[in-house]
Amino acid sequence: MVRYAYYPGCVAEGSGREYEMANRAVAARLGLELVEIEDWNCCGATPGHNTGHLLGLALPARNLALTSDMGLDVVAPCAACYNRLVTAQREIACDPELQVLMGRLLGRDYRGDRRVLSMPEAVAAVGAERMKALTVRPLEGLTVACYYGCLLVRPPAVIRGDDPEDPRLLDDLLRGVGATTVDWAHKTECCGAAQALPHEEVVLCRVRRILEAAVTSRADCIATACPLCHANLDQRQARVNRRFGTDYRMPVLYFTQLLGLAFGLNPGELGLGLHFVPTAELVRKIA
Amino acid sequence: MRRIGVFCCWCGSNIGGVIDVPRLAMEALNLPAVAFSTDYKYMCSEPGQELIVRAVAEHRLDGVVVAACSPRIHEATFRQTLERAGLNPYLLVMANVREHCTWVHPDDPERAFAKALALVRGAAAKAARTEPLAAGTLPVTRRALVIGGGIAGIQAALDIADAGFEVLLVEREPTIGGKMVLLDKTFPTLDCSACISTPKMVAVAQHPRIRLFTYAEVVGLKGFLGNFEVTIRQKARSVDHGKCTGCGACWAKCPARVPNEYNLGLDRRKAIYVPFPQAVPNKPVIDRRHCRQFTRGRCGVCQKVCPVGAIDYAEEDREWQERVGAVVVATGFDLFEWAEAYGEYGYGRYPDVITGLQFERLANAAGPTGGKIVRPSDGAVPRTVVFVQCVGSRDEAKGREYCSRVCCMYTAKHAWQVLEKIPEAEVFVFYIDVRTAGKAYEEFYVRARRAGAHYIRGRVARIYPEGNRLRVVGTDTLLGRPVEVLADLVVLATGMVPAAGSGELARILGCGLDKDGFFQEAHPKLRPVEAGTAGIFLAGTCQGPKDIPDTVAQGSAAAAKVVGLLVREEIAYEPTVAMVDQTRCTGCGKCRAVCPFKAIELVTRQVRAGTAVAERVVAEVNPGLCAGCGNCTVACPSGVIDLKGFTNEQLLAEVDALCL
Repeated sequence: MVRYAYYPGCVAEGSGREYEMANRAVAARLGLELVEIEDWNCCGATPGHNTGHLLGLALPARNLALTSDMGLDVVAPCAACYNRLVTAQREIACDPELQVLMGRLLGRDYRGDRRVLSMPEAVAAVGAERMKALTVRPLEGLTVACYYGCLLVRPPAVIRGDDPEDPRLLDDLLRGVGATTVDWAHKTECCGAAQALPHEEVVLCRVRRILEAAVTSRADCIATACPLCHANLDQRQARVNRRFGTDYRMPVLYFTQLLGLAFGLNPGELGLGLHFVPTAELVRKIA
Repeated sequence: MRRIGVFCCWCGSNIGGVIDVPRLAMEALNLPAVAFSTDYKYMCSEPGQELIVRAVAEHRLDGVVVAACSPRIHEATFRQTLERAGLNPYLLVMANVREHCTWVHPDDPERAFAKALALVRGAAAKAARTEPLAAGTLPVTRRALVIGGGIAGIQAALDIADAGFEVLLVEREPTIGGKMVLLDKTFPTLDCSACISTPKMVAVAQHPRIRLFTYAEVVGLKGFLGNFEVTIRQKARSVDHGKCTGCGACWAKCPARVPNEYNLGLDRRKAIYVPFPQAVPNKPVIDRRHCRQFTRGRCGVCQKVCPVGAIDYAEEDREWQERVGAVVVATGFDLFEWAEAYGEYGYGRYPDVITGLQFERLANAAGPTGGKIVRPSDGAVPRTVVFVQCVGSRDEAKGREYCSRVCCMYTAKHAWQVLEKIPEAEVFVFYIDVRTAGKAYEEFYVRARRAGAHYIRGRVARIYPEGNRLRVVGTDTLLGRPVEVLADLVVLATGMVPAAGSGELARILGCGLDKDGFFQEAHPKLRPVEAGTAGIFLAGTCQGPKDIPDTVAQGSAAAAKVVGLLVREEIAYEPTVAMVDQTRCTGCGKCRAVCPFKAIELVTRQVRAGTAVAERVVAEVNPGLCAGCGNCTVACPSGVIDLKGFTNEQLLAEVDALCL
């Protein structure tokens, strides 16, 4: 059993509910114990750092301090939360004065000494062999377009992991359970993110391109690891179709949902009934 | 009792604006051994130097301290002044009260003054212990080595040979010509590149004083200025160039197909090959890494079809040891490996995203498409061509911050060529700035604009395939809008980097490299064609990105330096070298181990040992190689090495004067 502190983020019980369900189910199967941080606060996401630089750091910093108390590394499944936690950690680590300031602002001592992992990283850490051993229904015949979005891989100086132009982590994980992944040029093209509210047109244009590219690459579905990307690609697909007269019916799944299916978990417990673009046909194809 | 003169310089306001220089001179008069002191506004000027000469005579001075700028600026100047005054030039000591004092402490004049006085005190103490030193001379081998047979090396070799000296020209490829001979047309005149360079290549091959070693590399260099010993290794060509007539039967029949590096991978060549039709020498070599006779032990077709029996699979690499007096490094450049760094442009996976040099080969009649500009993917004629500037240049994120100098010009040239050769073509150039700093360069660029090239100021964020075309996603920063172009062909202006193997060669030669891996010149402005090591000169793009006119200029400049050296039969060396008291040396060799210039050897000498003379192994310094760094004087456990001009006694006296 590997124990991690768990930072669910705001959407875990809201629009990202199915991601949370899939994460919990898959973690259990993988032997990951996810211990929710007691009294965690919002990471600030975009509004945080847009309002003020210090606020944008202090909000994640508090969570990092709580994690330190737990003595565990922390998994943050939402890409934005993950990005903010890592950014705050790095920035404060490079500036001793900031560290002192954080202590004052938080009213407690701050130590950012635990590792922050994204959900794909935490899953990958389990190892390819274990994943293979758990695979009872390999996703053979399924073609997936892995969509990373921007926050999982950028800025490269801060998020030092995958190649920011051609990341591989999700592709490797899904291929490890038998799926075929496509080589497409839109892995990290921005979906429009939070512009969904103030400038929906931007999101619709960008989402359309991503969907078009996924269709051209002959993918059966798009896999993602970010609840906002998911919302834009899944929830807004109908809006895209109406706006541009297209007929996209591209299922958008969280990568843990796909892993869960490969591990033999049932679609219900993976939240596959909660999507806007129906997933039933896809699930039948795999079964 | 010594009579030292102290001369304090104002250096205009550089020193005089911070400290009271007349007062410095006055206080200096109180120092031990100082017999005279004065101040002047510009000591390095003619009247300033005259002041020194007159004072030496009038006051019978036998040592001089100049309190002024860094010795790196004017030590040589004042040494000459002393010579004119009839003094040994090594009786000079400079106190750096500018770079080391007033320039660092402009806001603290009181402490700056105290520091300046302390520096003068130290200098005077050292000056009182200086002794005359005599520069020695060494013979010069009157032959030059030129490494690299591109246009820089070719120019240097021709100039040196025309001046009457023998030149060894060593080129790594099977042919000389470098990158220039691969180009199609050259800016700003649109001369055919091969037409202007091949006559020089032939001149090199036919010159009675140039010995050409192709398919060869320099693998060792020993020695020093005027007296180098070079080891040249020539790869076995497997073809006897004496018998070969260049008929081509061999390469016609060769079954192997290898990506052709001379066409930048756009087509394939054989394992036995002549790089291109204008190659010099125009005889084939066998690339043993890809020849089936060598890799599989089976083939031999070329040997069978050769009418004159010139193929020799048993040929071995050859080595020569030669003596030369000077070396010119002209090893050229390579292009930045963009495919490894630019994932945003596809990591080299899209065949229609090519480099400027690949475009040159497409446009070149001797290239893979007979001069037709076509898409590598399907051979179709591109209608919309996008050029992207600064790929791997001016890009901190990719580790290359400098400008590669030629790309704005060659891109304008390529834009013009597309518009000229392809009717109805549309050309877009994404740029950051357009740099046209040579003669007729701006006019050339304007002509390309007027011919219809659309210049868009902004970088390209992504290139990806869309159908069988390429979507180029960029920005127009002057309009403040994103811009996208659907292109048939994208040409990347990739940056210049030092030629592969520069690091290894620099190590062999004992040369330094700058922060970007180019050969380091002795002074960026005043000594651009000299390497840091005496006797080694630089020419062309190995020293930094530049165009053909500047490369040729540097080739001739390096040649002029070489000729200036070889024209003498002997050269003087600086006498500020280390010297071993061989009567007390134990031959432990610690000095040799720490010498960065390999200037110390252990030799057997007859030395005095007490009342007798015995044969002992002792250290000996080669004054030609010694750079006077002093490492050995520190390492010697017996203290028997001293550095002339910086003797232990002088330095200790200086420290005492400062601290006690």
